[in-house]
Amino acid sequence: MIKQSDSIVRIGNAQGFWGDSSIAPATLIAQQPDLDYLTLDYLAEVSMSILAIQREKDPLAGFASDFIEVVRSLIPFWKKGLHFKIVTNAGGLNPLGCAMACQALLKGSGLAAMKIGVVSGDDLTTLFKDSSEASFQHLETAESHQRIKSRLVSANAYFGAEPIVRALQAGADIVITGRVADPSLTVAPCVAHFGWSWSDYDRLAGATIAGHLIECGTQVTGGISNHWLEVPDLSHIGFPVVEVDANGSCVITKPQKSGGVVSIETVKEQLLYEIGDPDRYLSPDVTVSFLSLSLKEQGPNRIFLSGAKGRHPPSTYKVSATYRDGFRAEALLTIFGPDVVKKARLCGETILKRCSDAGYALERTNIECLGHPNEGVAPGVFPQNASKHSLECVLRICVADSRKNALEFFSKEIASLVTCGPAGTTGYASGRPRIRPVFGYWPCLIQTQHVLPQVTILEELSE
Amino acid sequence: MNQVARLRDIAYARSGDKGSAANIGVIAYTEKGFQFLLDYLSAEKVDHYFKSMGVTQTVRYELPNLQALNFVLSNILVGGGSRSLRIDAQGKALGQILLEMPIEISSDILNASKRIT
Repeated sequence: MIKQSDSIVRIGNAQGFWGDSSIAPATLIAQQPDLDYLTLDYLAEVSMSILAIQREKDPLAGFASDFIEVVRSLIPFWKKGLHFKIVTNAGGLNPLGCAMACQALLKGSGLAAMKIGVVSGDDLTTLFKDSSEASFQHLETAESHQRIKSRLVSANAYFGAEPIVRALQAGADIVITGRVADPSLTVAPCVAHFGWSWSDYDRLAGATIAGHLIECGTQVTGGISNHWLEVPDLSHIGFPVVEVDANGSCVITKPQKSGGVVSIETVKEQLLYEIGDPDRYLSPDVTVSFLSLSLKEQGPNRIFLSGAKGRHPPSTYKVSATYRDGFRAEALLTIFGPDVVKKARLCGETILKRCSDAGYALERTNIECLGHPNEGVAPGVFPQNASKHSLECVLRICVADSRKNALEFFSKEIASLVTCGPAGTTGYASGRPRIRPVFGYWPCLIQTQHVLPQVTILEELSE
Repeated sequence: MNQVARLRDIAYARSGDKGSAANIGVIAYTEKGFQFLLDYLSAEKVDHYFKSMGVTQTVRYELPNLQALNFVLSNILVGGGSRSLRIDAQGKALGQILLEMPIEISSDILNASKRIT
């Protein structure tokens, strides 16, 4: 296949979060073999806590192990001669460990010549624990981090594209990072491809928006769309591809033979996903304004995006820390019959009373009567009389407490409602609710000069 | 003459979490609808709509180039994604909830604001 000059770089995303479709990467490459870069995003706040717990038990763990299986699924394509590179944050809390597992797999598959780049240095756990009162204040409340220091589980700075670019320039075929701002996974290949400078703010802004659009995978190809029922071929929904040009403008598209849709509507939906001030979208690479963007339909499933404006990035990295914050459990039961909401709520209150009578008054509780406009997902928002005549309700009781044994008591008592609850109580198939640890989220900042992103290239091991 | 419609008749939305705040992007189907929303869908109105869910402040941003408004609702996720006990701990449903808001709109503007398919 002849490559369409170097005037565009083609970047796909085939993993929007840890838990996304496991066959997506190989499917995307099979459908779009001319892809230059494949980005895979595995990390969210909760995933960092899970990885921290895994690493406590096993120092070799702490990365998104699913990624190794993804690499295995891609080996046949490299062997066939395709040249796509991977940029991923699958390294989590142990990027080097992830890279070594990946290297062992490639070596065993006759691909030992492939170079792996590792970006590390984002793990600030030690610094966070040792630092004084003045640093790491909570970004929303300005509270000092002293209160949670002893319960800290993870603390990571969000790096930008710069260390990834260094790894790519050193010839890495796969770049594995720890915490990196999601759009930077896309910005880095653009900078490496076009040789932009770090003050090409408008171009960096365009690439950042391209990254923002694809970082959640199918959310831009019809997933969670308002017009979801119209989306064609949902079972084969395509993962997104951006074709970025030398100016930082891009076409958002998807493989021709895939399902889903890329339209002005799906692109606008994803542009607005999880943003604050649209004139001040912060990334470690650039501060982006969305206010001059323009969208144009260029053909079926091809939207041209241009006009992004950028200015200098903040002088701080965002740091995302997590800490142990007790335990939680949630129970679900379905109730059927007249006065169903009243019955469901009383079921919940009965169990909570039994807990407190046994000495386990639970610290935080929430009873939801799902399926009822005024009692469920949006309590109090809809008119009071909207649910008068409905007969069916899912009761959800969610509780949290610092005492594990209090939740164990709750978990054991729930099932008694099957026989002591109202007529028409059902849906207790999944057994006792599981007790899970809660990880509080602590967003904060650190001056960039206090953190040093490190790049390591794993070379072919000499025999 | 004014009639009562729903916000979803003239706009679509996407929402998600930002710490203990959530954002809701509201996108008008037409320029006429966007002009109506600029005037009608104030931060105060959205704040009042979600009052029972614990929102403490609502800020509105305008994106006229996308015919969209972005609302940031402080503290509506009470503690944020990992601590919230709600089924919708990450605010994914808030956009759909806002689209159910009844709106008073003239027939002319309503007709000029609907989705063109």
